[in-house]
Amino acid sequence: MKRRTILAGAVAALALTGTAFADGHAKTKVGFVYVGPVGDGGWTYEHDQGRLAVEAEFGDKVETVYQENVPEGADAERVITQMALQGADIIFTTSFGYMDPTNAVAAKFPDVKFEHATGYKRETPNVSTYSARFYEGRAVQGHIAGKMTKTNKIGYIASFPIPEVIRGINSAYIHAKRVNPDVEFNIVWAYTWFDPAKEADAATALIEQGADVILQHTDSTAPLAAAEKAGNVIGFGQASDMAEYKPSPRVSSIIDNWAPYYIARVKAVMDGTWESVDTWDGIAPGMVEIGEITDAVPADIKAEALAMEAAMAAGEYNPFTGPLNKQDGSVWLAEGETADDGTLAGMSFFVEGLTGDIPN
Amino acid sequence: MIALEKRPTPSRFWTGITPFLAVLATMIAGGIMFAILGKDPFAAIRTIFWDPVFGEFAFYYRSQLLVKAGPLILIAIGLSLGFRAGVWNIGAEGQYIIGAICGAAVGLAFYPTESFLIFPAMVIAGGLGGFLWAMIPGILKVKFQTNEILVSLLLVYVAEAILASMALGALKNPDGAGFPGSRNFRSYPSAYNEDLIANTGMHWGVVFAFIAVIFAYILLSRHMLGFQIKLAGQAPRAARFGGVNPDRLILFCLGVSGMLAGLAGLFEVSGPAGQVSIDFNVGYGFTAIIVAFLGRLHPIGILLAGLLMALTYIGGELAQSNLGLPAAAIQAFQGMLLFFLLAVDVLTNYRLRFGNREVA
Repeated sequence: MKRRTILAGAVAALALTGTAFADGHAKTKVGFVYVGPVGDGGWTYEHDQGRLAVEAEFGDKVETVYQENVPEGADAERVITQMALQGADIIFTTSFGYMDPTNAVAAKFPDVKFEHATGYKRETPNVSTYSARFYEGRAVQGHIAGKMTKTNKIGYIASFPIPEVIRGINSAYIHAKRVNPDVEFNIVWAYTWFDPAKEADAATALIEQGADVILQHTDSTAPLAAAEKAGNVIGFGQASDMAEYKPSPRVSSIIDNWAPYYIARVKAVMDGTWESVDTWDGIAPGMVEIGEITDAVPADIKAEALAMEAAMAAGEYNPFTGPLNKQDGSVWLAEGETADDGTLAGMSFFVEGLTGDIPN
Repeated sequence: MIALEKRPTPSRFWTGITPFLAVLATMIAGGIMFAILGKDPFAAIRTIFWDPVFGEFAFYYRSQLLVKAGPLILIAIGLSLGFRAGVWNIGAEGQYIIGAICGAAVGLAFYPTESFLIFPAMVIAGGLGGFLWAMIPGILKVKFQTNEILVSLLLVYVAEAILASMALGALKNPDGAGFPGSRNFRSYPSAYNEDLIANTGMHWGVVFAFIAVIFAYILLSRHMLGFQIKLAGQAPRAARFGGVNPDRLILFCLGVSGMLAGLAGLFEVSGPAGQVSIDFNVGYGFTAIIVAFLGRLHPIGILLAGLLMALTYIGGELAQSNLGLPAAAIQAFQGMLLFFLLAVDVLTNYRLRFGNREVA
């Protein structure tokens, strides 16, 4: 009990200082915490593009600060606290591992708004979470991959066995299998979001095992470089367009477009209308974009892929539509049934046909 | 001509003064680098070295200095004993991870029981975990003459794999919706390693670090074992004739350094980090090697070196977010510090002679 009271006192003390600096300045100060370097060409790069879009939109009315390469854990908590102390009005923490630190700092600074990407905890009313339905993009990728593969082997560089990544694998597999019943997925768990050397090794290993399509859920361009080196192997841009590998090996990409969301949330802080929300947007609102499908893809396949994208944009198609079974053969979704967000958010199983176990 | 001439004995004066010279040289060279990057070098140096201790928000950063320096000092003290005796434990990072896992596992096993005995049990488990992990290279060296540098280093990667497996499996938060990472100790008072005095950063790990400094000092200056450690490092043959049992010394040095690293891991996971997560370790075990040498393997030196290292981390983060310096520039700055320290080390063992020697 006593320890709790001490903690409460500490929170109150910090909260006071927090308030003193939250409203003492004219510009709206926006902070960004990045897990990788802004030049990663993928995940962090796109978040930084969002930051630049905020600057472009509001000009002199905002000041943005960012910190890159922030480890997930105790260091993240200090970096976030530091931004709050220095008078940030809203802070975007852009990696899953910042979830607990973000909520811990948010509890100490009730007047600062916090936006955590890809998490699920909103412990205080000043925390929002946001993520994108990347799996919609994966459906398009899976379709192209299933049609394009000649060896019927698709390599998948997965990062961590968390629901977001598992959703991506399932979505890609379902759509590859639908157009090519012989397709096999070979999944490598890299246990990193960004490690060019490890990603290149994984890609090379998959290619040596016969994969001629590489899908990646890691953020660097290293797998595309490995595909280019191998020749006759295609891949996709991850998180960012990775256009420098066009027209092949990069035949398309999933682009995370955070700019509209960041602009809207900063505007809400300026107007005083900010509220804690849980946002999960996909292709329709423009948070997920499909990058240009190059001429390396035959015109008919491209047309099908674009049609699928258009159907999702119009809200007519859900990538997780039954009949679908789980890996163990049990029924997940009946004919015509679509997955609910709760199941998707916590997805911890493979769909039928995928081989191998989800590591734990 | 400038020539180097070996001193008969290392200079006491230079031994004491070179660390300060190195810091000064780093400030100058780093300042030039910051100027080339288009930032005000004086502002940058002040942000890194002055602001965390005396700046506007020093009340927060001073506490963070202790949080950051605590594990570095605790691990470095253990390593320094071995390094003095010629026992090279490079795998403190692995012992740190295993200590954290063992300690956390004990704490989580009791959840949600509240008892004042839980935290001490975790401390014992953490120390024991690190100790046993270090015994692997120790026993292999004693029994089979394997190289402890390689074995201890490679065991780091094994420990990382175990950590990932624990965060995704056995220790995963059952209420975490399938996401990786254990329960957060913050919400489990009996197991939480809280600040002993609120907002000072003074948690049990820092207390243990100070105790370790004192013990190491007494051991090395007053105790027979300390004498044996120094003797074994400087004159192994003489030590053997002098009745030192080399096997016992190897096991002692590895055991103590492993135990201290394990304790550091336990205090970190139950306090500042808060949970077992895939990316829990951020390199303290490796940075501590630098701290040990920066502190000249002397307990008081290590104390100061740990604080200095923490200062460059926290000041570096500040410079990133306040001045927009890239993370790579801060890492280069830290690299310079080590480079200059080793470079000016020459002055301890050699003296500079200007002008030509008499030609023979």
